[in-house]
Amino acid sequence: MGILQRMSMIFRSKADRALDRAEDPRETLDYSYNKQRELLVKVRRGVADVATSRKRIEVQMSQLSGQSGKLQEQAQKALSLGREDLAREALTRRSGLESQVTDLQTQHAALQGEEEKLTLAAQRLQAKVEAFRTKKETIKASYTAAEAQTRIGEAFSGISEEMSDVGMAVQRAEDKTASMQARAGAIDELLASGALDDVTGTARDDITVELDRLASTNDVELELARMKQELTPGPTEAPRQIEGQAPAADTVAEPQVAPRQEEGQS
Amino acid sequence: MIVRIMGEGQLEVDDTQLAEFSPLDDALAAAVESGDDDRFRSALVALLDAVRSAGSPVADDALVDSDLVLPYAEAHIDEVRAMLSGEGLIPG
Repeated sequence: MGILQRMSMIFRSKADRALDRAEDPRETLDYSYNKQRELLVKVRRGVADVATSRKRIEVQMSQLSGQSGKLQEQAQKALSLGREDLAREALTRRSGLESQVTDLQTQHAALQGEEEKLTLAAQRLQAKVEAFRTKKETIKASYTAAEAQTRIGEAFSGISEEMSDVGMAVQRAEDKTASMQARAGAIDELLASGALDDVTGTARDDITVELDRLASTNDVELELARMKQELTPGPTEAPRQIEGQAPAADTVAEPQVAPRQEEGQS
Repeated sequence: MIVRIMGEGQLEVDDTQLAEFSPLDDALAAAVESGDDDRFRSALVALLDAVRSAGSPVADDALVDSDLVLPYAEAHIDEVRAMLSGEGLIPG
């Protein structure tokens, strides 16, 4: 077998070299056991690191989604006030945020997969380390250095292969979290710089400022219209338009107008 | 026959099923030679799927070394090449 066999030979030669280094193979058992425990600690730390990264992405996703929802509301409000330019600006920003969210979702799924794999790897390693410890004690109690040789080889190569594999998996996970932390840091900076608005709601972005200004202008106009209406006797259609009824009301308005005119005539 | 999928653990596969893997393994070897990562990935995924469906997981506390080892699914062709050439990718 081509690749499959070559790969397994590489793992095995690694284990053999480690065994050859020891004068008394029984010493190798204790040395290896300590290494196994160190690796186990490292894998567990790896799982925790990946989980931390995943949670950070979750927080950012909800922050960005909140922003996105807010921009959507702003666009609707701007449009209802007849400011299509402002609505367009809000929607443009929103689409920028949405692509960030999509990107984060991909990263989140990758981290989740990594976390699951590492958690299982930690469980496997834990079980193997435990089995190795039992075997180690038996071998040390029962055999001389010469006799122990083959039995140690059996126990050792199995765990050595697992350690190599798990060691590489932890390294990969660490590389992945490091690159994601860098990207998460960039998003945090973006959020903090105000380019994406402050989610705490303390700072007001330019679209909100403009909408507030429009709203207050609109309120003034409405109030004025109301006052004018009070001064002018008899209802007219004009103030109803100022009140800004929904555009859809136009189609409904006509049949409504007709009976009202009849009422006025009777 | 024990097969390790790197990052996933070991599987016990019946020796009679090895014949199924052979052409897939050859395709993977050819893909590694070609240096084409897309071709490599589809060959790797095909082999991984075949091994996963044929194998049953080895007990967690079993201390056995594998007869065959497969790279993890996301492995880049360059990583696998480095492993095969023994450039120290596998930590001791």
